[in-house]
Formats: sequence, C-alpha cells, structure tokens
Amino acid sequence: MTAPGTQPATSEPLRLRPPRHRVSPRAITWWTTQAALEVAAVLAPLAVAIVVWTEARPWLIPITVVVVVIGLGYLLVMPRWRFRVHRWETTDDAVYTSAGWINQEWRVAPMSRIQTVDTERGPLQQLFGLATVTVTTASAAGALRLAGLDHVVADDLVEQLTETTQATPGDAT
Amino acid sequence: MTAPREPGWQRLDPRMLAVTPLRQLVGFLPFIVVVLVIGIGQDLGGRLYGLLTGVLIVLLAGMLRWFTTRFRITSDRVELRSGLLFRSARSVPRDRIRSVDVTAGLAHRLFRLSVVKIGTGERTDSGESRELTLDAISSVEADRVRQRLLDPADAAQVESSGVTVAPAANELAALKWSWLRFAPLTTSSLVALGAVAGTFGQLISDVGADAVDVGGVRERLTTAPLWLGLAVLAMLVLMVALVGSVLIFVESWWGFRLVREPGGTLRIRRGLLTTRSVSLEERRLRGIAVVEPPLLRVGRGARTVAVATGLGGRRGHGRGILLPPAPRSEAHRVSGAVLCEYPSPTAAALLRHPPVALRRRVVRATLPVLAGSVGLWVAPVPAWTGWAALGLLPVTVLLAVDAYRNLGHALTSRYLVTRYGAGARSTVALQRSGVIGWTVSQSLFQRWAGLVTVTASTAAGHGGYPVIDVPVADGLAIAERAVPGLLVPFLQHDAVVAARTH
Repeated sequence: MTAPGTQPATSEPLRLRPPRHRVSPRAITWWTTQAALEVAAVLAPLAVAIVVWTEARPWLIPITVVVVVIGLGYLLVMPRWRFRVHRWETTDDAVYTSAGWINQEWRVAPMSRIQTVDTERGPLQQLFGLATVTVTTASAAGALRLAGLDHVVADDLVEQLTETTQATPGDAT
Repeated sequence: MTAPREPGWQRLDPRMLAVTPLRQLVGFLPFIVVVLVIGIGQDLGGRLYGLLTGVLIVLLAGMLRWFTTRFRITSDRVELRSGLLFRSARSVPRDRIRSVDVTAGLAHRLFRLSVVKIGTGERTDSGESRELTLDAISSVEADRVRQRLLDPADAAQVESSGVTVAPAANELAALKWSWLRFAPLTTSSLVALGAVAGTFGQLISDVGADAVDVGGVRERLTTAPLWLGLAVLAMLVLMVALVGSVLIFVESWWGFRLVREPGGTLRIRRGLLTTRSVSLEERRLRGIAVVEPPLLRVGRGARTVAVATGLGGRRGHGRGILLPPAPRSEAHRVSGAVLCEYPSPTAAALLRHPPVALRRRVVRATLPVLAGSVGLWVAPVPAWTGWAALGLLPVTVLLAVDAYRNLGHALTSRYLVTRYGAGARSTVALQRSGVIGWTVSQSLFQRWAGLVTVTASTAAGHGGYPVIDVPVADGLAIAERAVPGLLVPFLQHDAVVAARTH
C-alpha cells in the first residue's frame, strides 16, 4: 500500500485512541428509558391485538414472545454498549468524538472550522440532568453530536467552544 | 450606504413593460383557448368580459412590478426593493455573493434583456435558496453587473469611468459536435419519452377518445401478430428517446464555452433558445468530480462537475456542471485545466482496496438474493418466482465486482482522490486544504474485516467524500497525510502502547 510520494507504511498498525472523556453515567438510564419507550411502542399494539383478536392468538403470542426477548436484549445491551463507545474530547485545535454501538463512528473537526455550537435538552434529558451538544461545521455531511453529557459539563463546553471559535477569523469554509 | 460616489437607485429595463405582458399572455393562451372553445354556444359575451378583466388585472399587476421595483449596487451591498401592497426589501452584502448567473429566455432575447440571479449559496431550512433576482435588465448592463459583482477589486476601487475593456479570457473547453453521440446516453432521453407520453395522454383525454381504441387500433392489434406490435412500439420509443435527447442536448449545450476570466472566475455559457451564463469563483472551488452514470460509462463518456461551496446545496447541484456529456479523456483534461493541474488528479493512478472489500461486496450482493429466493420457495407462490429471483444473482454479483473494481484512492501533492460507485462511478479530487474534518466509520462487519470508511468533510458539494473500505491503519494514514497534524493527537501505534505498558 505504498505509493510514490507517500511515506512507507509504519510497521506498527495505526489506530484511533478513544477520546478522553466519557459521557455522564446517567446517559445509560436515559438510553434505557428511550429504548423502553421504543419497545413499548411496538408491544402495545400487539398486546391489544392479543386481547381483542382471539382467533389470532396461536400466531400472535409467539411473535409477541420473540419481540419481548429481542426488546429485553436491546434494552439491556444497547445502553451499556453505547456508554462504552460514546466519548468526547477537545484540544486547543480540534473536537474529537466517538459514538455508536454496533456501527461506530469517530469524528474530528478542527476548531477553526466550527460554525455553530448548540445545546439541546429533550424532556427525558432534562429529567436526568443531561444535554446534547451539537457542533456544526460548514460541511453538509452532518454535525458532531455529543449526546448524554452532564448538563453542567455541556454548558461549560459550549462556553469554551464559543469563545474559541469566536476568536477564529474567516467564514470556516 | 450613504457614500457620495455610490450611484442611486435604478429601475429595471423599461422594455420589461412589453416583455412581461407578452410572456404572461403566452402563458394564458391555453386557458383563453379553452374558455373560448368550451364557451361557444353558451353565454359567450359574459365569458369574454370576465376573461378580459382577468387578463387586464394580471397585465396591470405585471406592469406595477416594473414601477415599484428598484435596485442598486453599492460598494458593499446589493439592494432590491419591490412591491406596493406587500413591500419587500432585500439586501445582500457583496462579500456574501457566491454566484451571479445570467439567463435569457426567448421573450427576453427578443428585446435584448437578461435576468440576473445573484446567489448567496445559503442553505435555509426550508430549502428555499435566498437569491436576489433582477428580472430583467439589458443584456449589456447584465454583463457589466456580473463583472462588477464578481470582481473582488471592484468593491474597493472607485467607480471606473465607462466600460472597462476586459482582458482576454482563457478558453478551457468548447463544444464539439461529435459529443452529440452521448446525448441518447443521458437521462434527457427519459425526459423526452416522459414529455411525449405525457403530451400524448393529455391529447387523448382532451379529444375525449378512448385511449384503448383510437381509430380501431384494438381491432388491428388483435389481427396483427403480437411481436409486430411490440417491435413497432419499441421502435417508436427508441426514436422518441433518440430524437428527443438530441434536441434537448442541442438546446442546452449550443455554443457551450468554459472560460477562465481574469479575476479568477470560471464562466460557462450555453443554450440555443434560452441562453445561460453561470459564473463560479475559483476561490470557492474545493475540488472536482468526474461523474460517469451507467449508460454514459458504457459509451466511455463522462461529465465534469465542480465541487464548490455556495452552489446552494442539493437544489443547486446542476449548477456545478462544467462540461456536457463528453469523452472520458476530455472530462479528465477539463478537470485538470480547471484545477491548473497537469495531469489531472482525477486521472491519477489509484491504489486498489484490499480483496476483503471484494468479499464484502459479493456477500452483500449474494445473501439478500438467496434469502429472497428461499423465501419465495417457502411462501405459497409458484416455484418459478423463486427461480426468477435467483436469476438476478449474476447481475448483482457483476455489480458487486464492478463496485470493488471502482474502489480506489490516491494522494497527490494537493489533492485527495477517491473513486467509488456500482454501475455509476464517481472520481472525486478534493483539495487537501479544503478538508474541514474527518469521519471514520466502522460497521460491525467492517470491524470483523479490519476495514474502515474514512470520509473527508468539506464545505462544498455533497459535504463529504468517502474512501470506502480501507484497512484501519491505511485509512488513518491517508487522513493524517492529507491534512497533516489534524488527526495526530488522536492516533496511537499499537506497538507504542505495548512499549509503554512494559
């Protein structure tokens, strides 16, 4: 994999190290609640159908059992897995995040290219004292989202990022 | 805004007083005809008066627009005011102007007028592009406005006396009529088919004929052999597609020229009936793409598309097109000429991606088809449907192999080049200095295969261009070498970690 004009590949395999900070541990509760609501949204119509539609019970009940098993698995695995993956870090020059669980994603945006920094707190996040910070650049391909931060940490981060980016001239394109 | 040298407010060209009613009347023509034709034998007089007042009101409204619209160009902004009851005032700072397009339809050209669209490339949430439109001023004035707005020196310097003679522009590409052979290979052939089918259907429903039995076609159809009917239909469709696409090509690309103007502007001029002029500032250019849609690729043709900021997102996608469908070699040559890179980075020798990427593609092409076939065999449907689904397998596998063969990337001194696509193929050369971030993504299956997809974020074009399915270490090395320093603080060598722990 060496091309003319590029350095020879190093012998040690290169990899991304995880960002320094974890999100708030309360994010596990938040993600679990969200997952529970999603699973409930699927289960509720099934339960109603089982009660109302008696002749369909022979095949509705097995389906419901499968949904319950998958849903419980999702409920238990997803939030913990996410908590291990979701991390963030800022340096003087860049914001670095990792997110996902089955499919994972690492994003880096230089400070000089940041356009806006937003905070967002849904009702569930407010309940658990959490916030999501969204860092957008001029790219249309999507922003960096730091979901499930402690809301105090989030406020400090937004303040710090806003100060840094305001000090940078140019339209960040 | 009150600087003394600034010219005052200007009106649109007075010839608009004639053009607007003309265009509106032409627009009304079908409606008028319908009212008159259907109105025969009934209360003709009443209808006529109603119609006349309606037309009159619209004409007056059109004229009112001229009387109420004023614009002015100052050293730091362009302003437009219009409306009587609903006044609107738009003001665009000069340094926010991303594009100045000049178009002229038939009616406008008859009176030597042009429409100037001043774009800021803003992406509003509603998807509406915030453009400022001068409809219309004289073509000479339009060209002067265009040059003034795109000349970065103009905002600073004092208004020059009279028309400055522009230095000679450098021609990068011009239409060759042999490119007409690519016309049927573009989607314009489908557009032509759709237009003809639509008109035909409209005609039939208007005439009120039974669409299934025009002129005893049904009788003839039942007597003639089926294959003959199908052959005739196929010939018809082919003819329409061929002729239609050629006509569309000629109308769109007549007199096409791509020039580099002094002051760093790329200008595309084209069009037979409606003339269009698109200007693109070179400092907005972040790279270039050579795009090969499937049919065009079969004919060894390609398009060249600019990757530039401020084209207005997805809606403005067509505005980046720098070249009509042309031979692939020409597309690469123009790419190089636009970027001032010889040879073009889009034609650079690319590194192949590892064979495990081929395996991933073949698996993705095979498993769904097999699952579908099995599903059809198990389901209470005839068994041949399962076999038919299985028949798709060679096609999907071929596409998978093609997708793998298309994968490639390279780093040149100034560009990151990546190529991808199944059937359709895109080769994108992105300025390394235009990369404003990285996204490294890894699905579960990629993790098992030790691969990642590294996407370079940019403010232009699609917003991100991926290098798909490269080994983890190679992908990170590409990102690090393309933009030195950005990724370094977040990288580690496995061996270093091992050494530290000892």
